[in-house]
Amino acid sequence: MEHTVSAYDDDLKAIARMVTEIGGLAERAVGDSVEALTRLDVALAQRVIAGDKELDRLQRDIEDKAILVIARRQPMASDLREIVGAMRIANDLERVGDLAKNIAKRVVAINGVFPHKQLITGVEHLCEIALQQLKRVLDAYASQDDQAAGAVRQRDDEIDALYTSLFRELLTYMMEDPRNLTFCIHLLFCAKNIERIGDHATNIAESVHYVVTGRSYEDERPKADASIASTIAGS
Amino acid sequence: MSAVQAATPFETVRTPDPANRPIKVHTAKVKVTYGQKEALHGVSIDIAEKAVTAFIGPSGCGKSTFLRCINRMNDTIAGARVEGKITLDEQDIYDPDLDVVELRARVGMVFQKPNPFPKSIFDNVAYGPRIHGLARSKADLEEIVVTSLQKASLFNEVKDRLSEPGTSLSGGQQQRLCIARAIAVSPEVILMDEPCSALDPIATAKVEELIDELRANFTIVIVTHSMQQAARVSQRTAFFHLGHLIEEGPTDHVFTNPLEQRTQDYITGRFG
Repeated sequence: MEHTVSAYDDDLKAIARMVTEIGGLAERAVGDSVEALTRLDVALAQRVIAGDKELDRLQRDIEDKAILVIARRQPMASDLREIVGAMRIANDLERVGDLAKNIAKRVVAINGVFPHKQLITGVEHLCEIALQQLKRVLDAYASQDDQAAGAVRQRDDEIDALYTSLFRELLTYMMEDPRNLTFCIHLLFCAKNIERIGDHATNIAESVHYVVTGRSYEDERPKADASIASTIAGS
Repeated sequence: MSAVQAATPFETVRTPDPANRPIKVHTAKVKVTYGQKEALHGVSIDIAEKAVTAFIGPSGCGKSTFLRCINRMNDTIAGARVEGKITLDEQDIYDPDLDVVELRARVGMVFQKPNPFPKSIFDNVAYGPRIHGLARSKADLEEIVVTSLQKASLFNEVKDRLSEPGTSLSGGQQQRLCIARAIAVSPEVILMDEPCSALDPIATAKVEELIDELRANFTIVIVTHSMQQAARVSQRTAFFHLGHLIEEGPTDHVFTNPLEQRTQDYITGRFG
């Protein structure tokens, strides 16, 4: 049902539209940064770095608009949740943009040295899943689909598990030959960034759940990041 | 929509009080008819002691009608008939043997427009204790007046002009004077029918602050058109619509995640 004051509906729609927009930008930044990494495309990496400003700007715009709506209309119930949700989700997406930017910066730093192509494949695969998660959770937000958001949240352990195995693999390469160190450390950070992007997708899923149902998940979400427990001896 | 509801048995959606406060006023299936027209279709609610309960709902939903049942104000309206059961501390307030004047001393009321008597500030507050014989001496009476004005957060503003007419005060002060007058007879329950709707935001804030202080000692029921006010001052909220109690629950819950669609539509401003 529409609000009695139609400008209120326009405000809420504008916020949702901006969130969708920042979502699209974040998705593209992640995809581009990993593509820049696999192809060692410095120009593309530079574009990702430059594009982050737009994400930051949109996040601020969403926040400003949300604050204005709160001040102007004192939203209640589902409206209030929608606005709070939009603010949270925009924050997560802004962070996703930062992480993509960080990957792009590392592409510039690696600067053409590329000893082990097969290592990149692991990162690429990790990124594919993270991107899928991001896309699905943004779709869940757009369609206010609580079930779809729940599915995203359940799948995060896949990323965690993949990250752990990548961590062990990189550790092995570093032990084999110290000349791999720089490259592997950069790659490890890239992988960690992608793993964090997955975490943000889960956060967004939790926000969608809150917006739709008014409740927070009570159970702990599944976790499979065992990299903390990995040691050189254990790897 | 209303015809369908009247034909089918109606269930109020309830969320219990997490604080588990004792029940001060209990009502069961309260119906009010004005002549041929049924204004309330059976309202059952338990009102928690020493807490603020807000009644919200669009105009004509029955919230004020229901409020007036709690101190039998509807008795004064010709053609009004009240059915069902209302108890105050488990005592039936519609018992024919009950002294209505005494009931109204226990259940005080504050109205929408401040209505001080055309008397001095002092006499406005002293009026109730005098007619109920609550003061044994002049000093007694003075003490009651001063404490009531203090409890109503008005004393400091009027202490030097207690003999001036109550009507000489500002609107907000007049409303607090009426609250002082209501609490002077030591009621247990205070009913407030849109107590701030004629006040400016600052006077409103003072009355809200006062309501928050008063709930330590009194059970308060407030009817308000301002959803924000209900959200600010109350611990429990009851939403009325077309003579039904639609939903009642903890205020925090009702304003962030109401269970009923109609509550949701009303508090978010989507009512047609």
